[in-house]
Amino acid sequence: MGNKVSSPGITVDDVTVVRGGHTALTDVTFSVGPSTLMGIVGPNGAGKSTLLEAIVGLLPLSKGSVRLHGSAAEKGGIAYVPQRDRINWSFPATVHDVVMMGRCCNLSWLRQPGKRDREMVCECLKRVDMWDRRNSRITQLSGGQRQRVFIGRALAQEASVILLDEAFSGVDVGAQEGIIEVLQTLRDEGRVVALVTHDLTNLAQRFDDILCINHHICAQGPPEEAFTPEVVRELYGSHGIEFAANHYGPDLSDQ
Amino acid sequence: MDYISEPFQYSFMVRALIVSVLVGLMCPMLGAYVITRGRAFMGDALAHSVLPAMVVAFMLGFSPFFAAVPAGVLIAILMGGVSRRTGISEDTSIGIIFAGMFALGLVMLSTASTVNVDIEDLLLGQVLGVSQTDVYASLGLTALVLAGLYAFHRQLVYTTFDLVGATVVGIKTRMVEYVLLALLALVIVIGIQAAGIVLVMAMLITPAAAAYLLAKRFVEVMALGAVIGAVSAVTGLYLSYYIDLPSGPAMALVATGVFALTVVGKRRFATR
Repeated sequence: MGNKVSSPGITVDDVTVVRGGHTALTDVTFSVGPSTLMGIVGPNGAGKSTLLEAIVGLLPLSKGSVRLHGSAAEKGGIAYVPQRDRINWSFPATVHDVVMMGRCCNLSWLRQPGKRDREMVCECLKRVDMWDRRNSRITQLSGGQRQRVFIGRALAQEASVILLDEAFSGVDVGAQEGIIEVLQTLRDEGRVVALVTHDLTNLAQRFDDILCINHHICAQGPPEEAFTPEVVRELYGSHGIEFAANHYGPDLSDQ
Repeated sequence: MDYISEPFQYSFMVRALIVSVLVGLMCPMLGAYVITRGRAFMGDALAHSVLPAMVVAFMLGFSPFFAAVPAGVLIAILMGGVSRRTGISEDTSIGIIFAGMFALGLVMLSTASTVNVDIEDLLLGQVLGVSQTDVYASLGLTALVLAGLYAFHRQLVYTTFDLVGATVVGIKTRMVEYVLLALLALVIVIGIQAAGIVLVMAMLITPAAAAYLLAKRFVEVMALGAVIGAVSAVTGLYLSYYIDLPSGPAMALVATGVFALTVVGKRRFATR
């Protein structure tokens, strides 16, 4: 599965997005290359979800461009895991059914899933550690298990870019750790994995790249470089400094 | 045993049985989408809105099918369009078109002297009165709906569960929505013969809702719903024949009874 991932990448160039009369994003420019686990952080309403939606083409750009490179530009190259409130949870489906949906866009018109598709789904279920729960109804799962199922669906789709919106909402801390571990292995196979989280969690240092957003890009880089006191203050105000002190040492808050 | 086989010495009962089974099978298959997408109001509105087209067909002397099918599809598209163009909420747009079209149909029915049709049959269903043409048309429409459900199954399922994710993987979600509305319109037209304009809703959602309570997977809701629907429709047909009831209320009551039993049975089973 991993060998199909060929140098995916995203270039966001000078993007401005106006949403409901408000400018949600202004002049956003950044790029992300293969084998990157990126965290997109910022306060509530900072435009993090808007950015993901603009990248996947759900929102029109008022200005600028989004370019996909390598396998990201292929059909089904990008997988998107929406916020949980955008999923129709009243739909009766098992874990297996949801992962099988990932095969949907790889099948030609009128073709039903075949042996290869079923084998692929089995493999994906095992990779996200949901094989034992494959026949459970999706509503019976915890928040963390649900996210695993959606990651499994992205794998079944053979996506080389996986974008997760509010990946950790409703997911307890222990389960967050497990999800990050799965995402790290996918990153190691060459994929671009980017996730939005509105809180700086204790997982921040597990990312390769942090994109700090508050309607514009405040900083981008490895966690230890991105989280300068100025950036943290710009994102979260003074209580953010306390956070930074807890996670990166008191020298940040001393400055 | 005679009670079961006796009615079928009459050819009108054979025709009624065929149509009842088709209605019972097809309505819940679409109904599974209607209930999981929260489109029950849309279904009810579509059924009422085809009345003017059916009256026109009666006036011109041909089968109401030929008018109701295109009308149903057009109205379904119109309901979606009005909401998008005007910014009025979708249920309001549906309500406006629903009431307006139904009123138009009733006015046409009461003023057109050439129409020789019993309004009660139209509103409440009279499956005992279906013609040979109606049977053929129902069979043809059933084949069309089954083909549509099969061809669009993956897209319909994906968009019902995760509309945003479906858009991202390149499914043409608006087209899929219109396909679903068109199939819904076709099934409603089949269903109106047996259950009538007012009660076709019962065949559409009640058996599917009972199946929803019992099944774990969507295809199981469709299949079990179809079984419950067919049993309800055929039982309703017998009631209609023996107690001289309009077929719509008879079928709707049976379906409602099955639903109630399912709710009670599931609770008892769950508390043990």
